[in-house]
Parts: sequence; structure tokens; C-alpha cells
Amino acid sequence: MSLTDEERRELEELLPHYPDRRAAADSALRALQRRRRWLSDESLADLGEFLGMSVAELDSLATFANMLFRQPVGRHVVLLCDSFACWSLGYDGLRAEVEARLGVATGGTTPDGRFTLLPIVCLGACDRGPAMMVDADLHGPVAPGGVGAILEDYA
Amino acid sequence: MSARGPNGSAHRPGAPDTTGWERPMSRAMRADGAPATLEDYVAAGGYEGLRRALGELKPEDVTKAVKDSGLRGRGGAGYSTGGKWSTMPLGPDAPHPKYVVCNGDEMEPGSFKDRYLLSRNPHLLIEGMLVAAYAVQADAGYIFLRAQYDEPYANVERALAEAAAAGYLGEHILGTDWSFELFLHESVGRYICGEASAMLNALESQRPNPRARPPHMTGAGLYARPTVVNNVETFCAVPSIVRNGADWWKGLSITAEGGTKIYGVAGRVQRPGCVELPMGTSMRELIEVHAGGMQPGFELRAVSPGGASTAFVPAGQIDVPMDFTAMATVQSRMGTGTMVLLDDHTCPIGMTLNMLQFFAQESCGWCTPCREGLQWTAHLLHGIEEGRGTLEDLDLLAEHVWFMGADKTFCDLAPGAMQPLEAALRLFRDDFVAHIDSGRCPYAPEETAAAEAAPAPAGETP
Repeated sequence: MSLTDEERRELEELLPHYPDRRAAADSALRALQRRRRWLSDESLADLGEFLGMSVAELDSLATFANMLFRQPVGRHVVLLCDSFACWSLGYDGLRAEVEARLGVATGGTTPDGRFTLLPIVCLGACDRGPAMMVDADLHGPVAPGGVGAILEDYA
Repeated sequence: MSARGPNGSAHRPGAPDTTGWERPMSRAMRADGAPATLEDYVAAGGYEGLRRALGELKPEDVTKAVKDSGLRGRGGAGYSTGGKWSTMPLGPDAPHPKYVVCNGDEMEPGSFKDRYLLSRNPHLLIEGMLVAAYAVQADAGYIFLRAQYDEPYANVERALAEAAAAGYLGEHILGTDWSFELFLHESVGRYICGEASAMLNALESQRPNPRARPPHMTGAGLYARPTVVNNVETFCAVPSIVRNGADWWKGLSITAEGGTKIYGVAGRVQRPGCVELPMGTSMRELIEVHAGGMQPGFELRAVSPGGASTAFVPAGQIDVPMDFTAMATVQSRMGTGTMVLLDDHTCPIGMTLNMLQFFAQESCGWCTPCREGLQWTAHLLHGIEEGRGTLEDLDLLAEHVWFMGADKTFCDLAPGAMQPLEAALRLFRDDFVAHIDSGRCPYAPEETAAAEAAPAPAGETP
């Protein structure tokens, strides 16, 4: 696999934001993940060639970051805030409902590849707790009864 | 311009009439909750601070005004903003490029004010960074936003385009010979990126461990160049100070610290949310008036005043003004000033455990006390919460509070984590003992006490 022309164009546009190619690595990893959903070994190799970095260097960045995925994820990523404000406002019930609806435990991906459910630290939405995100959308406060309607919107 | 704040009134019982109070950071915000556009912002006096700085003030005069205002960093540490700027090399011999970086990581649990500012008033941040950049004669800047701030990111991205099109950004700003570029950078995640020197490593796409200091960042920061790092709210305070003067800003507060503050209340209150109020507003007023008081059936037990790294304040001490100085008198800190309430239905041990699990998970692993110690404290707390604790565990926890206290670790992550733990051991001793004596969490339902005592360990990130 190698970078498509479109991918390469997007990555080229990032470069002027940084003084050298290597410094663009985090943003490049993120941009490529947006297109390919997760970062396979091949993806790291493609990026390494583009940035002039080794796969090992890129992997050390990717495995430290909680928002770079080195395993396949579903079409939609559900992030459930487990920090103390949301925890005190009904996180346990919300988590149980989301896990039951998706049929997977936190950390898992539904067999149809539609959703991956992940824990996330505080979303900066304590005044809307318990809060969750689906892809780029923040939802909160979410009552267990409201989970079904939210998930339906993500095919 | 004269201040119309409530300066001088130390205690304000009941609902104060806030009509006519100056709210410089919220002035341009729209009633419909949508982000203020450039048009909204300029109509509310936006970019006048920048015009004044560029048109009337020398760079060092801008720094002096900010220093004289007494503005202290709103990210939680409370360092003098003007003081920090004045350590940047200035003048013809200063090295270039110089950088201004905005810390918009906001990942500490219980912090939610930067999201409010970024969502409602993105041009204010841009103007604040421009004024700061002019003051220190920086060449380029970065806004470092945490992952998951997709909506704030889109708002800032749009505002940057508007500002550039209107001549506030880029080459020859407002027709002067000063140029400045501002870039938006989205984090790939991890709480440690909020530590300012770790943030610079993250911006360089290095592993985001904190850096040793000295050198200070104003000497050798981003790419080893002179760099000013400030929090979102700190930059947002700057434009009105430069526009209206240091004395005006100082007159806005209740206490001596000056200005306004974005406060927030979350938890079992009627109207959770953020509000800009005079610096020094009491926790009681914030909870009982601005947040509408507790929800029926819930009583206040304690307050986490400004993020998980601030010590709990018991309900009996909430008359203290929320500012940097006064919060120390109740053995806590203002932190971010967005508070989360502990109510009487929520287990204080469970809440403390949740905080410590967060810190243990987010330790970067660079220094031993933090990497090993936080795991161990979380483990001990988990045992107590599940009814397997002993009284000796409390001594061991207290020992860890000392062991991971200030100046014993590489950065402030572990000492921050010890603050709620220290307060919990001091304030909730009876709850600890009740867990140990009864062998279960008294707040959990009888039949499922152990299972529901605490949030289960989080799943693995792929």
C-alpha cells in the first residue's frame, strides 16, 4: 500500500505549519487515521516514507497517544467519559446501557463493525454529565433511556 | 472607562443584581449559544485591544499593562502573566523565531471553562494571542487543542479564517510592519500534554514527557526558541486589559486579585454551567445563586474546586472567596475554578478512587514515584472501596501523600494527584473507617455492594 494522491495532498498541506517534516508527525498520523480509520503497520510505513521517519519512531508516538488507534475500530467510535464528575452523575448506568445496546464490553467493537466503545477521560463537559461522544459529536447529559435514539443516528 | 463591578463588597448574601457588571470575556457571546462571529465580536468592541496595542503602545508597554493588572495564569498555577512575558528576550538582539503557544489541552477531570470560551467566543482567544505575540514580538503561534474538542476546533478554525481575511493575522497586521502566523494543532491525546513543557514536546511530535527546568520556556521553549505558553482563559483576559487599562481590570474583582474569572459548577445542582463573575466570588454564591442551588434530595458534602488536582473543600467552608490567595486558607487551590460537587449520595472514597485511577492511567511513566506510586495508591483505594481495606492502608496512603508531594517528582502530575487524596484522608476519615469496618461500600446498594463499588477498570484503547 502507498499513499493515495489525495492523502498525499492533505499531508502536504500540513507541512507548512511546522518547521520540518518530522514535527508534523502527530498531525500526519491523525490525518491519515481520519481517512483510514485506524493505523495499520502499512499505514505507518507509508507515513514513515513520506516524513523520513522510521516505523518504530511513528509507532512510539502512536502507542503513547490515546486517540491514535493501532487496531481496527468500527465505523463509529463511542467515547464514554469515566471521570469523576460524570461518574457521580450516572456513568455506571449509562455504561451498562451502552454496553447492553451494543452487545460489547468497553474496549470492544460490534461484530458488524459499526461501533467501537472506548473509555475516555473527562470531555470537558462536566456541566453536561454524564457525557459521551460519538465520532465528533458531544452528547450530554445522556440518560440511559436516551442511548438508543442517539446510536440510531450513526449507521 | 470606570469599573462597574462590585469591588469592595466582601460578602453578598442572596441573589446579587448583576445587571451592568462588566463581563469582558463574555461580552461578545451570542444569546443563542452559537459562536460569536467576527461581526459579533467587532460589534462588542473586539480587536480594539489589538488596535490600541499596535497603534499606541510599545511591546514592553503592553507587557507592563498586563503585569500591572495583576493577571495570574488561569490554567491553575496562577503565575504572573506579565511577569512571564517580561522574561522573554526583546529588542534587536533577541533570537528569532519566537513563539506564543496556547494551552487548550483541558483534559483534567473537572475542568470545563476553556471549552466554554472556545465554543462561544473564539475571536477573543485569537485577539489575546495576537496582543501577547505583539508584546513579546513573536513570529508564530500555536493553539494546542486537546483531541475530542471537535466543535471548539471547528469554531477556532473558522475564526482564524475570518481574522486572516480581515487583516488581523498574517503579513503586515492592520497595516503595520508586524507579521504573525497562528496555527491550530489538535492533540493526539494524553493528559500529560497539558503540562506546558510536555505540550511543547507534543507540538514537536516528540514523546510528550515533561522537560527538565531550567531552562525556562521563555529562554528555550518550542524548538528550543523563546516561547510563551499561556492557558486559553489567560489569553482571553488580555484584550480588555490592554484596551481599558490595568486599573480598570483591577476594579472588576471582589478581592484584591483583580478582574473577572470564568467559574463553573457541575454536579447535582439545578443549573450546571459556566459563568463569568468578579474574581473572588464565593463558592456559596456560585452554587446557591448562579447554579440555582442543589437539586431536591441532594445535600452538598464537599467541593472539588477546580479540577481533580485540587483538594476537596468541605461544605462548611464554602463561604471562602474563589481566588488564588483565599483558597489556600482552606488548604486547597482555585485550580481552573470550575467546581464539581460531591453530594451526600455519592461515595467520597469512590470519587477519590476515580481521580487516582485517572492520574495513575495518565502518568507518562518518566519518573518512578509517579509511575509506581500512583498505581499503588489507586490499588489501595480500590481495595478499601471494595471492602478489603485495613486501617494500616490509611497510614500507607498518608505516606504516599508525603512521598509524592511537591518537589519529589519530575513534574506536577503526582503532587497534583496527592491533593484530593490528602484532603480525602483529612475530611472523610469516618467514611474510610466505615468501609473498613463494614467490609463494603456503605453507598452501594446492599446486594451488589462489591460489584458497584467503583467504576470497573477501563477497557483497553486499541
